[in-house]
Amino acid sequence: MANSGIFWALLGAALSAGLAGAGSAIGVGIAGRSAAGVCTQEPNMFSKVLILQLLPGTQGIYGLLIAFIALSQMGLLGGGANMDMSLTTGLMYFAACVPMAIGGLVSGIAQGKCSVAAIGLVAKRPEQFGKSMIFPAMVETYAILALLVSILAIFGIG
Amino acid sequence: MSKVPMKRIFIAGLKRERKLVLEALQRAGVVQIATENIKDDDLCTLNCISDKVTFDRDSNLAEQALEILSKYAPDESAGLLASLEGAKEIDLGEYEERIKNVEEPMKAAETILSLSKEIAENKAAIPRLENRLSALTPWMNLDIPLNFTGTEKTQVFIGSLKNEVDPDEIYKVLGEDLEEVRDENKVVIDVTVISKSKEMTCIMVTCLKSDAYLVENALKKVDFARAGLAGEIPAVEAEKTKAEIKACEQTIEDCIAKIKAYAPNRNDIKFAADYYQMRSAKYDVLSRLPQSENAFFIDGYVPTKYAEELKEKLTRRYKVEVELTDPGEDEDVPVMLQNNPFSDPMESVVESYSLPGKGEIDPSFIISLFYYIFFGLMLSDAGYGLLIVLGTGFALLKVKNMKPGMKKFLKLFFFSGISTTFWGFMFGSFFGDAVNVIATAFFNRPDIALRPIWFEPVSEPMRMLVFAFALGIVHLFTGLFIKGYMCLRDKDIKGFIYDVLFWAMFVGGGIVFLLTMEMITDMLGLSFRFGPTVAKAAAIAAGVGAVGIVLTGGRESKNIVKRLLKGAYSAYGVTSWLSDVLSYSRLLALGLATGVIAQVFNKMGSMLGATWYGILIFIVVFLIGHVLNLGINILGAYVHTNRLQFVEFFGKFYEGGGKEYQPFTEKTKYYNVTEAKIKEEK
Repeated sequence: MANSGIFWALLGAALSAGLAGAGSAIGVGIAGRSAAGVCTQEPNMFSKVLILQLLPGTQGIYGLLIAFIALSQMGLLGGGANMDMSLTTGLMYFAACVPMAIGGLVSGIAQGKCSVAAIGLVAKRPEQFGKSMIFPAMVETYAILALLVSILAIFGIG
Repeated sequence: MSKVPMKRIFIAGLKRERKLVLEALQRAGVVQIATENIKDDDLCTLNCISDKVTFDRDSNLAEQALEILSKYAPDESAGLLASLEGAKEIDLGEYEERIKNVEEPMKAAETILSLSKEIAENKAAIPRLENRLSALTPWMNLDIPLNFTGTEKTQVFIGSLKNEVDPDEIYKVLGEDLEEVRDENKVVIDVTVISKSKEMTCIMVTCLKSDAYLVENALKKVDFARAGLAGEIPAVEAEKTKAEIKACEQTIEDCIAKIKAYAPNRNDIKFAADYYQMRSAKYDVLSRLPQSENAFFIDGYVPTKYAEELKEKLTRRYKVEVELTDPGEDEDVPVMLQNNPFSDPMESVVESYSLPGKGEIDPSFIISLFYYIFFGLMLSDAGYGLLIVLGTGFALLKVKNMKPGMKKFLKLFFFSGISTTFWGFMFGSFFGDAVNVIATAFFNRPDIALRPIWFEPVSEPMRMLVFAFALGIVHLFTGLFIKGYMCLRDKDIKGFIYDVLFWAMFVGGGIVFLLTMEMITDMLGLSFRFGPTVAKAAAIAAGVGAVGIVLTGGRESKNIVKRLLKGAYSAYGVTSWLSDVLSYSRLLALGLATGVIAQVFNKMGSMLGATWYGILIFIVVFLIGHVLNLGINILGAYVHTNRLQFVEFFGKFYEGGGKEYQPFTEKTKYYNVTEAKIKEEK
């Protein structure tokens, strides 16, 4: 058990990519449904609503980013991994990945809902596109903060 | 770098010249009509909404015709770049020449529309005919019409039974049924199976006329459905239907050919669409124009730089009185922004937030100083930057006559691309670590890599974070200083000291004080630390600022307790400064995201090594991966750069709320009449 650290570290990386990705998938999914609805009435709004739909997609990318940094710090990319990583180190990697995993999941869903509302705004008042982008971007701040803490923590361990 | 100064313009003229004057104004395209400012009960307006509706309809008709035309005969000259093009210029002579013949393209447009209607009708008819054809298929073996009921002595039932039924079974079933009714005299029936399939069996039952009633009842019991009416023998009917379908298809083809023949008229129809749109706009203004028995009046706004020229032109040509005045203090003057070519892309950014309100400055120039830097930091890849610069630069060079909005948009990305390239080289990122990956995987030279000019954020994230915060602090203080400048300009010394100076002392002193603490400098990895004297000075400044804010933050309240409480609450606003500064960490986060994901794709692509398929895979992964990464990160950089301006920066000094300057002009899509236009090219 004492050297099962690598498992915990890997689990952290996996959750970071998986949960943040799931958050984005839900967010982009609900925004996409509403974007498709707008396009049935106004096909030329496609590019605008597509941008709004994509906004909750970044959490998945941040999650991937953290997973990648974590994997490369553990040496699991390109070989040379320390398979006897101590439990403490492993749990530290795990803990470092948690902010991105949870922050990404929750903020992705919340941002998706916000995007739905923003798509509704653009559908009714296309000239308000600039403002409509800002509302979902406010939610993203918290994903960025989570990303930041995870990055700093992972680099701090390594 | 500012709002364009406006003059109020007041025109009074003879009623008989009103259309001419309006046309001149429309062509000049610099006056925003604000007739609602004239309030006089003696004046009335002319109702010409019905004319406007007619012109709108004509314009729509031409637009629809153009749409149909481009569907069947796409405009060959319309490439990707052409979609960026703005209205074409024509001179007054050509314009007048074309007006004479404007009826002709309208006739063409009407024909195109009716042809398209014919196409739609025929297209709708084809499935109906095909349905009929497929309904006939099971009856093809029948050599009498489907609605044949019998001869003099016999009765014939043509129809279908559900499922596949054997002829013997039919006899049996029908026979049993019939027997029940009449035991002695046997009913004679003849059943012919015309076709059979899993779903249904088509049969023809023949019997004597005298038994018809009984047979019909028996058939009803077994769910016999009579075939639909058709006056011809099925085979003949099918032939006829096929011929009809052919005819429909032929008609559609003919119609398309006819529409295609109108392709040379495309430009004339475009002109017609513009022309009627113009007239509609004119009648819209005309219907709002206050007039007396013999005169009409126009009130509006015109940019000062065009005002005199316009006045001179109008008074020389028409019998009008033009008066130019400075707009009053409390007037809601429309806002038009004008900036140098470097900053004017920011106008659209400002516009998408809100135009500057009364007494506010145009922030375009100031945000342009930060906008490109932030965008570049967030994307921070030299390869991506060069792609953006080349792409937008090519479009800007190639398309001479671009829509103004599109031009600004492309310029925004052009400058942002330059900044992206710059930061990419500073941080040593060129399509991620593509140089090193290619050298290592295919040339076995791991020593070759693009070294950063400054430092590599991936290996020193803390350093990058500090840089981001520093930029953020500069950005926020710039915002605060602009507020200070506006206070001083309006001679609001109290506001300057209380809302700007105290805050600058409080926050600025606080930051400097933090930098004197060992813990903070160690955490941020800074090499310098201020000495104790600086610490003392900073602490005093911050203290004075804080006390000042507590004392003055609630100065609109008379009650002293309330005032202090409000002041304390306003000092609590320092937390918003904290979160504002932290918000700039997105410069690091998004920058890293671009770089690391680019590296992921490079790594994935190079996994198969230096074989021919390895190289092939690398090229494919490289292309797809980087296009994806570029797309999603441009979006991210654009959105978050805007956010930093709108939320953090504007939050310090800018409110907006100005009304857009919308001159009465020829709102044309395809053509611009150049002559007599005062407006200079922007």
